Amino acid sequence: MSAVSRAGLLYLGLVVFIVAVGFWQGTANISLLLLQASAFALVALGLNIQFGYGGLFNFGIMGFLMIGGFAVTFISYPLNLKFWDSDGPLLLLRALIAFAAGFALVWGARHADRIGVKGGWKIALTVLCWFVAYVVYRSQIDPAAEYIEKTAGFVGGLGLHPVLGWVFGGVLAAGVAWIVGRVSLGLRTDYLAIATIGISEIIRALIKNMDWLTRGTLTVSPIPWPVPGPQDYQASGSDNITSFIYARLGYLAATLVVVAAVMFLVQRAYHGPWGRMMRAIRDNHIAANSMGKNVTRRQLEIFILGSVLMGVGGAILVSILQIFDPGSYQPINQTFLIWVMVIVGGAGNNWGALLGAIVIYLVWVLSAPLSQALFYFISDWSTRVGWGAIPEIDSRAPQMRVFVLGVVIVLALRYAPKGLIPEVVRRDR
Amino acid sequence: MDQLIFFINKVLISGTVLGSIYALGAIGVTLIFGILRFAHFAHGDMMTLGAFVAFLLALAFYHYGITFPIPTGFVVLPIAMAITAAVALGIDRTIYAPLRRRGAKPVTLLIASIGATLMMQGLIRLFFGTGQYSFFDYGENKSIIRLDMSWLGGSRPITFTEPQLIMIVVTAILIVALNYFLTRTRLGKAMRAMADNADLAQVSGINTQLVVRVTWIIAGALACAAGTMLSLDVSLKPDLAFNIVLPIFAAAIVGGLGQAYGAIAGGFLLGFAETLAVFNWATLLRPLQGVLPNWIVIPPDLSLVPTEYKLTVAFIILIMTLLWRPTGIFKGAST
Repeated sequence: MSAVSRAGLLYLGLVVFIVAVGFWQGTANISLLLLQASAFALVALGLNIQFGYGGLFNFGIMGFLMIGGFAVTFISYPLNLKFWDSDGPLLLLRALIAFAAGFALVWGARHADRIGVKGGWKIALTVLCWFVAYVVYRSQIDPAAEYIEKTAGFVGGLGLHPVLGWVFGGVLAAGVAWIVGRVSLGLRTDYLAIATIGISEIIRALIKNMDWLTRGTLTVSPIPWPVPGPQDYQASGSDNITSFIYARLGYLAATLVVVAAVMFLVQRAYHGPWGRMMRAIRDNHIAANSMGKNVTRRQLEIFILGSVLMGVGGAILVSILQIFDPGSYQPINQTFLIWVMVIVGGAGNNWGALLGAIVIYLVWVLSAPLSQALFYFISDWSTRVGWGAIPEIDSRAPQMRVFVLGVVIVLALRYAPKGLIPEVVRRDR
Repeated sequence: MDQLIFFINKVLISGTVLGSIYALGAIGVTLIFGILRFAHFAHGDMMTLGAFVAFLLALAFYHYGITFPIPTGFVVLPIAMAITAAVALGIDRTIYAPLRRRGAKPVTLLIASIGATLMMQGLIRLFFGTGQYSFFDYGENKSIIRLDMSWLGGSRPITFTEPQLIMIVVTAILIVALNYFLTRTRLGKAMRAMADNADLAQVSGINTQLVVRVTWIIAGALACAAGTMLSLDVSLKPDLAFNIVLPIFAAAIVGGLGQAYGAIAGGFLLGFAETLAVFNWATLLRPLQGVLPNWIVIPPDLSLVPTEYKLTVAFIILIMTLLWRPTGIFKGAST
């Protein structure tokens, strides 16, 4: 069976599966599931670029999703006039100036060798400058944060269109990825994985605790829907369920356009000279380096490109849920879920990553109601046998999702290590 | 004097306690990396699992009314460590060994360990829900030890709990035992040889399969000890693991992956760094206020980072180490 017909069959199976789930869960539900799956597909394509093309172990996906989520919240949430009327912007400006001054100080210290400060002295000077910059910045930002939280709650949004928020999510993720990549891309495999996890935990701690900017665990909602929402359809006379279906399908159409465009571009990139170079770096970075490829620079490039997709995906996810809750981000629900998608689908193959994203997302979501039904069945049986019922089924069943995800990845690594649709390696030329 | 006592209570004791737990966890991570060359992400859940095994054993003891002069959690620790070690061996046999036989890259094992962590976490949450448990909800209480310091002119006592004291003693015993094993026994030497150069160890006749098994036994037992002691000190939560596995990795890397002594050093270093970073230095400086000129007012809060960022201190140290000395304080292995 050729690779293409195998992929075709798998996608055909996926369509049948989706239709079956649709009959089971109802149209409104399946359209929401597909909508979220399409956003995850974007993120999975991002990871596929980083890991599948470039072999980079980015375990900090959660951080980029949070950045995207914050970006769309900031752009599309209505203006908070209380904040703009207060002294908040002024205080923040002062904090920004302090930050810039600190940055300049540290930059100066790092280039102190030009004025003759060398060796140990330079290190001592740099550490001292870092400390001073930190103290100066903290002395400005702390009172500003306290003032904003007290008078206005948080800075609010800009009230622009959510699609601009998606774009900003990508831009912001690119900026952060540039910094993260500069810092950590010298590391390989396990070390890179741990470093990126550490960085994403730092990002999470920052977004969760910077209440003045993100409202932290108090959460921000409702975040506007980018296409006509259920209320708009209800106003024109649709009943509840139809309005939800229309709104979700409308949104799905928008995300599908994004996914299709991205898919087209990444496929072109994969088959182009750029993709060939990336695979060469992935397979043997030493050889690629000796052929004159700038490995560090190319890896930074690919890391940023993948992270942009993650940021956009994260932004789309938040505008689907219409709530930004930094407390809800967990490495298991974000980072590892995406990794399972790409590994199961087929790392290095975009069609594989896309399939993996949709299948794994559906499995992840549906394993909760399935195991709930299973537990009720066993509970009925054990009651009849006289062993008593299973307690607290409703709160236990959702935990099975995590277990099922673990089983899926372990089985995939053992029996289909290259994924459902493996990367096609051409050896003919 | 009171300031010093405050410092001891706030920093020295909690830093040592946190450091012991990090160190015990990091030894396991570092040994596994040294022998099998992959970052074992499921280590945190192994700790949680070990803690729950100990908890169930302790519950059984409470149920039959068997009491001891020390907290039951410590009495059942050896049994729980043995059970967790067996579980670790079982996990290796079912999940990692088939991959190794296929000749999979260490990175595949890393992803498999994430699968293992998800499975363990799912099962633990399935059986124990998401609530909190405590070893001290069943009749035993955490006795608090107060050392009177009035003979040195202090008005407040040095305070710590009985579990904290025993925990430090147990950690010391385990570390000394591990040191003896690694330096004095044939198997321990074989283990260090294999960590240095696996191929060379194999051709010189070392039974690498046995070394791998022993590694899992030690890692599992120490993970159980660390998890149980952490839950004796604070509380037992199913999601205990994920908050602790990253600082443990940080400790192992800071110490140099593959270096058992480095892991101990890294663990204590991070434990103290975290407690020092959130310590409010103003309390130590306050007596100086009388000496200082009036225009210098010591602010009420002089901690280096706010408490909610305590865990990030470990990551920042981790990243700085990776940047400037990726092999760690003690020169560690690289992939």
